[in-house]
Formats: sequence, C-alpha cells, structure tokens
Amino acid sequence: MNSDDKKPSAGAAVKIENVSKIYETRDENVHALDRVDVEITPGSFVAVVGPSGCGKSTLLSILAGLVPLSSGRVLIDGQSVRKPHPKVGVVFQTDLLLYWRNVLDNVLLPIEIKHLGREKYRPEAIALLNQVGLQGFEGKMPSELSGGMRQRVAICRALIQEPGLLLMDEPFGALDALTREQMIMDLQSMWRRVHNTVLFITHGIDEAVFLADRVLVMSPRPGRIDLDLTIDIPRPRQWTGVHEDKAFQHYVRRVRETFEARGVLVER
Amino acid sequence: MPNRVTWHLSLLERLAAPALGVAVIVVWQVAVPLLGLSEFVLPTPWQIAARIFSEFSLLAANAAYTVFEVVAGFGLAVAIGIPLALAIFYWRPFERALYPMLVALQTIPKIALAPLLVLYLGYGWGPKISLAFLISFFPIVISTVVGLQSLDKGLVNLVRSMGSNEWQTFYKVRLPAALPSVFGGFKVAISLAVIGAIIGEYVAAERGLGYLQLQANARFDTALNFATVIVISMLGVLLYFILSFLEGRVVYQRELAK
Repeated sequence: MNSDDKKPSAGAAVKIENVSKIYETRDENVHALDRVDVEITPGSFVAVVGPSGCGKSTLLSILAGLVPLSSGRVLIDGQSVRKPHPKVGVVFQTDLLLYWRNVLDNVLLPIEIKHLGREKYRPEAIALLNQVGLQGFEGKMPSELSGGMRQRVAICRALIQEPGLLLMDEPFGALDALTREQMIMDLQSMWRRVHNTVLFITHGIDEAVFLADRVLVMSPRPGRIDLDLTIDIPRPRQWTGVHEDKAFQHYVRRVRETFEARGVLVER
Repeated sequence: MPNRVTWHLSLLERLAAPALGVAVIVVWQVAVPLLGLSEFVLPTPWQIAARIFSEFSLLAANAAYTVFEVVAGFGLAVAIGIPLALAIFYWRPFERALYPMLVALQTIPKIALAPLLVLYLGYGWGPKISLAFLISFFPIVISTVVGLQSLDKGLVNLVRSMGSNEWQTFYKVRLPAALPSVFGGFKVAISLAVIGAIIGEYVAAERGLGYLQLQANARFDTALNFATVIVISMLGVLLYFILSFLEGRVVYQRELAK
C-alpha cells in the first residue's frame, strides 16, 4: 500500500460505532458483542479487560478485519474496516512463529506478503530485534528460543509493518509469571518509542492499569463496555513498586469493583 | 568428554545392529554345509554374493526395468494424487463426494487387481506401472489431505491479518506446514510402489526383477533367486533414501531441533 512512506507512523484513529456481533450456529445464536461504542485517540494505549468469553477477542478480530461484524461499523483513520487493514498489526496469544523459518525470516514475513522488499526492511528487522534484546538471534530457529523470546519475535513481526494500530490479544497469557513481568516492562518502553495506537486485550487487571492510558472493562457475554477508566499516572511508569502506588491501587480497585458488581468476581 | 563407561556403552549400541547382521551371516555360512544342505535348497551367503557379481549385468538390466516401472507409477501417483488432495482440501462438495469413496477403495487389496490389469493392459509396461500407481496413490492423497487439514487455524488468521491472499497463504503457510506429512506419505508410497511393480511382473512379464526371480525359481537356481531378492530390497532402500535426502533438503525437521 503506502510502501514508500517510511516515516514513523503516527497512531491511527479508531472509531468503534455501535458494534454488535452475533455468531449464528445451527442450533443457537451466540450474542458475543452488544453495541460496543468506543472512540480511540490516535497514539493512545487502550487496554480491554473482561472475563473469558466476553467477546473481547471477537472485538479484536473485527478490528483486524478477520471476522465480519453483525451491525455497526469500525473506522480506522476514517476508513471502514471490512477486510484486514494495511495499517493494522496483530500480536496473538500464542506466538504463531513459522517453525521452518528462522527468527529474521519470521519477522520479515509480513514484508514478503505485502511485497515491500525484504532487503529494504532487513536492517529494520535487525534493529527491532536488537531493541527487544534479541541481538544475534536472527539466524536461530523458533524451537531454539524460550517462550518469552518467541513472543518478542512475534511483536517485532507486528511492528515491522509500522502499524498505526497495534492489536494485542492476551499476548502474555501463555507466558510464565516472571517472563510476563519482564514483557510488561518491555512493552511500555517499546510503545514509548513507537507511540502508535494500541488495543491491548488481557485478563490481567494489573498489567492493564500499568500499561494503559485508558482501561475498558467488559461485561460477561454479550460483551459491552461496563467501565471506561482513564488512567492518570505519569509515564514512564515503574513496574517495581507500582502495586504500592496509591493511584494504581485506586484504579485496580475500580476495575475489581466493576467485576464484583457483575458477579464476575465473588468474595466467598 | 564422556567418561570411559558411557563411551563403551555408546560404542556397543552403535555396533549392536551390524554385529548381529554379521553373526547371522556367519552362522548361515557355517550351518549350511554342516547340515548338508544342497545349493538349490539353501545357498550360502558366499554363493549368493558370488552370483550377484557374476550375474551383475543381468540383474542390473532387469533392475532398470523395474526401477522405471516404480518411478513411473510413483510419479503418476504424485502428479494425480497431489492435485486431487488439493481439490479435496479446498472444495468441500468434492471432499464429501470423493473422500469416503477413496477410503473405501483403499480397502481393496490392489494386488488382487493384477490379473485384471494384465487382461486389460497386456503384457507390457501397462499393468506394472498401473499397479505401482494404484498402490502408492492412496497414501499420497491421504497424507497430503491430512497434512493440509492439520494446520493451526491461528497461522491462517495471522497471515490473513497481514493481508495475504489465499495463494500466499498456501505457499507461505499451508504448503510448508503440510510437507512433513506429505513426505511421510511419499516414503510409504515408494516402498509400496516397489511391491506393486514386482507383483505386476510376477503375473505377466518378459523382463524385470520379478520376472527374473520367477525364471530362477523355475530353474531351481536358488542362489539367483536370493540374489534377486537382495537387489529388490536394495532398490527399495535406495529409493527410500533418495526421498529422505530430498525431504532433508525441503522440509525443516521440527523434531530434530527440539
């Protein structure tokens, strides 16, 4: 598409207008999303938290152009999304690296698919890998990497597309607790460099509050936005000690209370 | 550095199979004269080896025919089986119509068709190539379909999110992910193709290793009979190794890396 535009992409503007999604199966209709209405400022980091099955992944798939919506519409930089948009990059829950390609070739996969010229993007790919601490790993195969390293490669693969909108679907969900903490810190510093629009879907209340400018809390199915919380904590935020931070505790509490009100979290 | 004991153990493990082979041959060589068996009942390994060398050109000429039948039958099976597998994978009505029939047909012992094939196709290349084709066709189709179907749906979504069209999805993801299974099918198929060609030659032929073996049998030339068996086996092994070599060049072995 706009392949010669190598300027750092400003974040894309995202408008989700009254989006509903009903999955029609043979014996029942599953109402996954119910009139979700969100407007996202370019360059902001928005986290979506919600219980399993609340339709947050469906929302992401609709934004990625992978799943058609039932009603409403989605606009990215004013363009209605019906198929995958060239300005959107996706990081999925599992790394989905192609095991027969080495690290560098995995990062360059979207470049090949978009016919943007491997050689032109090669230095970029290596620079991205360096930034996430994978210098010297270009020639390694995915099976030689740890889970955290593999997910970093997947993030580089999304970022090389210079996505105005980065969609992340529980990207740390499959990682061990310690690796997850490291990835949370790394994601913040990465995003502060790129400064694109991010929609980050997660189960983790603490990572949502720590990372995001705005946390959207979704209700159980059919998913709708229950709480729209602006996180007013100055950046860069420090992960270590953040759990003792009064403002942080306040926001986490707000999210918890929303879940409790919905019966998602119950004290017994 | 491994210590002495483990080194001895690994040496023992590596030598176990060849040592057993050598032992069997030695026992055979010694036992035949001790038991007073004549050459046409059971020739010694030495006599068989001598026959392979003395009849080398005869064996090689007949082997060439058999190899041609095997490769032609296998090649046809690949040329027809792969497109058919793709059609089954991509076109659901086709799968519904054809796949059950294919599986049902697979239960027919293809070897039982040999006399019919001779009846229809005569004494030339026809029945042998057809039999090699029929017998190697099913494993190729099935393993290709299974390889294509076993792909992680997430990978398809991943490349689609990058704007990939179906052709790109096929050659960037579906094909490479299916290749290990496809080659698994090829390796089964090539061994079966050898059996198909030989059976075809048993039924009606004027040349080929199966024909040569029947001739040796009729003349009570048991040493040549054994020599033929050995050449047939070596042929199967050779073709299998050629495919393994190709596989090593084309397919990244996930298991080896882990």
